[in-house]
Amino acid sequence: MDKAIKKWFPLFALPTVVAFTIAFLAPFIMGLYLSLCKFKTVKDAKLIGFNNYARAFSDDKFINALWFTTKFTIVSVITINILAFILAMLLTKSLKGTNVFRTLFFMPNLIGGIVLGYIWIMIINGVLYYSNATITSDPNYGFWGLVILMNWQLIGYMMIIYISGIQNISPDLLEAAEIDGANRWQKLIHVTLPQIMPSITICLFLTLTNSFKLFDQNYALTAGAPGDKTQMLALDIYNTFYGRVGWQGVGQAKAVVFFIIVAAIALTQLYLTRSKEVEN
Amino acid sequence: MKNVKRILALSLAGCMMAGVLAGCSDDSSSGDSENKGALTGDSSIDTSEVKSIYFLNFKPEIADKYEEIAKKYKEEKGIEVKIETAASGEYEKKLTSEMAKSDPPTIFQINGPVGYSNWADYCADLKSTELYNLLNDKSLAVTKDDGVYGVPYAVEGYGIIYNNAILDKYIATDGAVIKSVDEINSFSKLSEVVQDMTAKKDKLGIEGVFGSTSLKTGDDWRWQTHLMDLPLYYEFNTGDGSSITNCLNAAELEFKYADNYKNIFDLYTDNSCTDKNLLGGKTVDESMAEFATGKCAMIQNGNWAWGQISGIDGNKVKEEDVKFLPIYTGVDGEDKQGLCVGTENYFAINSQVDAAQQQASIDFLEWLFTSDYGKKAVTNDLGFIAPFTSFGDNEKPTDPLAKDVLNWMEKDGYTSVAWTFAGIPSETWKNNFGASLLEYVQGQKEWTAVVDDAKADWKTERENAATE
Repeated sequence: MDKAIKKWFPLFALPTVVAFTIAFLAPFIMGLYLSLCKFKTVKDAKLIGFNNYARAFSDDKFINALWFTTKFTIVSVITINILAFILAMLLTKSLKGTNVFRTLFFMPNLIGGIVLGYIWIMIINGVLYYSNATITSDPNYGFWGLVILMNWQLIGYMMIIYISGIQNISPDLLEAAEIDGANRWQKLIHVTLPQIMPSITICLFLTLTNSFKLFDQNYALTAGAPGDKTQMLALDIYNTFYGRVGWQGVGQAKAVVFFIIVAAIALTQLYLTRSKEVEN
Repeated sequence: MKNVKRILALSLAGCMMAGVLAGCSDDSSSGDSENKGALTGDSSIDTSEVKSIYFLNFKPEIADKYEEIAKKYKEEKGIEVKIETAASGEYEKKLTSEMAKSDPPTIFQINGPVGYSNWADYCADLKSTELYNLLNDKSLAVTKDDGVYGVPYAVEGYGIIYNNAILDKYIATDGAVIKSVDEINSFSKLSEVVQDMTAKKDKLGIEGVFGSTSLKTGDDWRWQTHLMDLPLYYEFNTGDGSSITNCLNAAELEFKYADNYKNIFDLYTDNSCTDKNLLGGKTVDESMAEFATGKCAMIQNGNWAWGQISGIDGNKVKEEDVKFLPIYTGVDGEDKQGLCVGTENYFAINSQVDAAQQQASIDFLEWLFTSDYGKKAVTNDLGFIAPFTSFGDNEKPTDPLAKDVLNWMEKDGYTSVAWTFAGIPSETWKNNFGASLLEYVQGQKEWTAVVDDAKADWKTERENAATE
């Protein structure tokens, strides 16, 4: 069996490897190279060294976007996961109509980000209308608007993952805890949470990276207004690359920095939560 | 959510791969930015091999009209014209990514001298083409040294569009400050009328005199570019050379007429049908709808807006009631000021595609502006005021706004305001200025700060452009 796998491995892996090389590896390497270049279109690049990186870090908008993104990520990761977990706990109790609720909560996740942005801009502006303001009146409105949108979209998805985790907990463990006299809270902390660590790992990973890389929702909801104060990293990169003449290289340098940050955060988080996972 | 990653990754990957592939094929033919043969006036270049050309369209509102024209051209000449359209405000982005592909646009658009300097390596010299020779005013073209790199195809004008029916109603009220609209010939008069109209708005059945000053990001071009034209024009029209060139060469902006800008901008927002704090959410479409449905009496926009006005459901504005007023800002001698007339639309031919394709592209444009079918389509479907001698008097546009632009241009003794904004250093400057205006309107920024930021930004953006 092992021998057969070894023999056929290259053949079966080939399509994926080719696709991965064409759609990821080659552009990635090219991107690294371009971040060191000055160019208008990607064919006429001239090597100029690390100048682009210096310009990227001296760009206030980039630094501002970095902070905004960091704040946004922290808030939305916490809120999404707590709310999703609470919903998952509720919907694993034997209540009537849990399936209907699960479906309903999951549904927002099926709508694309741009559409969501436009839906929420109407809702939020509609509400703010009563206090004579719009989402662009204050960067804080934009911030919380994005948090609400993100929660609305991702809670259902994370909830499903938590539900599957909770349903996989062996009833024996809970029963044993009960016999030992554990109350509800103790059962949650000492049995349920350790048992669903794999779900927590994956949920944290998804929310963390998705929040950090947010683009469409940001683009559709605020587009950075007022005055680029609600601009997140991905949008800033997009605007630098396409919106400013002569800044393509800087945009590319920002993208490389962005990649390093996302990779570093994701790997650290995976390492930290993985180490907490327990064997059944 | 995952779409984000995918779209971003895919599009970036797409661009880059196109670059890799295109890069490979280019290596063999040495020299990237070299001209691949010059365009000629006569058709000495054999275009029979050309199957298709590619036109990257700037105006989404007439994209479907171009498709029809392309179909007709294919029937007549057998050459396929591929039409792609960039979304509003996304042209530069689209052009950047399309140019990197192995099948780049053969006809594209530049917005004037600034656009030309960005794309200089890609613009073919059009000096010996028929298209350039047909221009009724050759000074409109984008030129550098001896070459002609952009040919304008539509002259446009903007000002304050007003609904004459509402103005007539106002004039009939007791104590109206004017007897006829013609009396409005200065900012002070305009402001007097507007304020009186605001006081009587219930009687006039309007919610405000002006339509919303749309300041949503991407919808603020009427203010950060068009309205800004007036202070720029007055600052740079020193009588020495064209105002556009002077503006383009200005390392610094004095913003001498900042107060004049504030005059009119405040008048717009103070007498608007929308509360100041809600302007950040308004789009151009929404404010044009307000005008079309009679909620307001005036709105700043150009002749291109007629389609928008007439096409809106519940449109209450009659064709004969739509007219233009110049934008008065309180500058001395403005009683002889006309509308803001110019163009931001220049055709350029991609010099990096092979000569036959360049020639075929030129052939298409010449056909569009000289053949009977083409001319009719330009005037009636595309709605351009085409600046070519091939158009007779009876081939001029018929929509009320375009007619009124021509009317103002021909008025004796009046001077049109040139589109000096073509000399603004970069799109970034405009966007920053628009964002500043929004903060000003929302009461988060003092006017002096708006002016100072605009000046500082002008300097840095100009330096930026110079180092490129």
